[in-house]
Amino acid sequence: MSASLTIEGKSERRFGLGGYFVCLKGIVWRESLRFLHQRERFVSALVRPLVWLFIFAAGFRQTLGVSIIPPYETYVLYEVYITPGLMAMIQLFNGMQSSLSMVYDREMGSMRMLLTSPAPRWFLLTSKLLAGVAVSILQVYAYLVVAYFWDIEPPTFWGYLTVLPALLLSGLMLGALGMVLSSLIRQLENFAGVMNFVIFPMFFASSALYPLWRVQEGSPWLATVCWFNPFTHAVELIRFAFYGKVEPLSLAVVVGCTIAFLAAAILAYDPARGMLMRRGG
Amino acid sequence: MNVRALVNTMEAAPPALAVEGVSHAYGPRKALDDVSFTVGPATFTVLLGLNGAGKSTLFSIITHLYASKVGAVRIFGHDVARDSGAALAELGVVFQPRTLDPDLTVEQNMFYMAALHGVGRGQARPRLRELIARVGLADRLHERIRYLSGGQSRRVEIARSLLHGPRLILLDEPTAGLDVKARADILKLVRGLVAEDHVGVLWTTHLVDEVKPDDSVVILHKGRVLASDQASAVIEACGVRSIGDAFAKLTHGAPDEETA
Repeated sequence: MSASLTIEGKSERRFGLGGYFVCLKGIVWRESLRFLHQRERFVSALVRPLVWLFIFAAGFRQTLGVSIIPPYETYVLYEVYITPGLMAMIQLFNGMQSSLSMVYDREMGSMRMLLTSPAPRWFLLTSKLLAGVAVSILQVYAYLVVAYFWDIEPPTFWGYLTVLPALLLSGLMLGALGMVLSSLIRQLENFAGVMNFVIFPMFFASSALYPLWRVQEGSPWLATVCWFNPFTHAVELIRFAFYGKVEPLSLAVVVGCTIAFLAAAILAYDPARGMLMRRGG
Repeated sequence: MNVRALVNTMEAAPPALAVEGVSHAYGPRKALDDVSFTVGPATFTVLLGLNGAGKSTLFSIITHLYASKVGAVRIFGHDVARDSGAALAELGVVFQPRTLDPDLTVEQNMFYMAALHGVGRGQARPRLRELIARVGLADRLHERIRYLSGGQSRRVEIARSLLHGPRLILLDEPTAGLDVKARADILKLVRGLVAEDHVGVLWTTHLVDEVKPDDSVVILHKGRVLASDQASAVIEACGVRSIGDAFAKLTHGAPDEETA
């Protein structure tokens, strides 16, 4: 055959800055393409929060009065209150789903394929994570478009933009958490288990559905749990960012947790001491 | 010491793959026990072993999924554990399970692989077209993997493994689940890569009929290397007629309930 199939003298061909960028772009592109092909996944990702919005929130509207608490400056409808919680829920589901797909991928070998890239492993895992976050942000904006027609919108149009960095951070945190879980728990392949032991407790024991001061009235113990739940801080970070504001405590907690979870995930997938070995790959 | 002296003598022209005294255990169970062998540049080496012989563990270590505690693996002299970037740049892999995205086209799958090696689309396009043509699928470039046959998607995987120009490719039971015709095609294709393009190949299988007399053979059984030589030499040393008989004779001392 005409051209040589091997490339000589390429042992010097190391990853430059451009190579990293190409690699990250490729991973995000593949994840987005895969997501767009899985139409059921897109639909269910959109329907889930809408069920909460149209049915749950509508039903609870009269039962649960929300008083004026920051960042809100007037009384707000319950639908408005739970919207940041639902945005975070989309990311929570997505984070867990992509961690599941890593376990599934690993069995299918495409996770192994990813790890044959000469790029450093921390970079590959972070890129994979960012790809999942990109998909989750896509879902959140699709939800916001529908919510807009339900008269749920930020006070200024800028809210759609200021919420973006918050979504990026919370998506990273939840995705990294999912990645840690995927390396630790074999049973994660069963999504029902993840729902029961991760998604439901995190979602319900948070400020997503009810303000913490109301929880405090009912059960101080639960309020404490909620307060220590990183998901609460992801919700609050998004809530404030949607209104163009920064909640410093939530920001600190989310950044801290993201770093901690990411470090744990990279450690878990480290070839020398990783959990992968125990599985007998 | 022993291994170091060996490495020094090989520094002039390092083998495509050198597995040096690799042992690995999952808890008390020893999966690999002091495994050593080499794959020369531009040679076809068959790693022959039954299921449970330790082939998967060895593959995981060579591809840097995890590191072995004992021993080293070098690809063209680059230590996989210490200098993994340089080692992996020389390595192409075809895993036993299908690893193409079924909903993406042949070309999209290839682009993804190119990106993993830091190669952009513009640069990858002419090369991937050439490779896809080489494996005889030029007209299927924009077809989704879902619509290809098992043998065809295997060929795409082989083309994909060559995308970044590695000088060594590993194929883990690449003919598993294929019919006779597709099996022969794949085997012929890969042997062609060795003969014409001077790619070193490590081919794992449990099917003795895939071995030719002048191939290098490594027989792995229960985590130990029982023989590592040219197939004809192994046959002669065992005093038998075929590699199948040699394999049976060598592994006979330790009958295994697991079937191939």
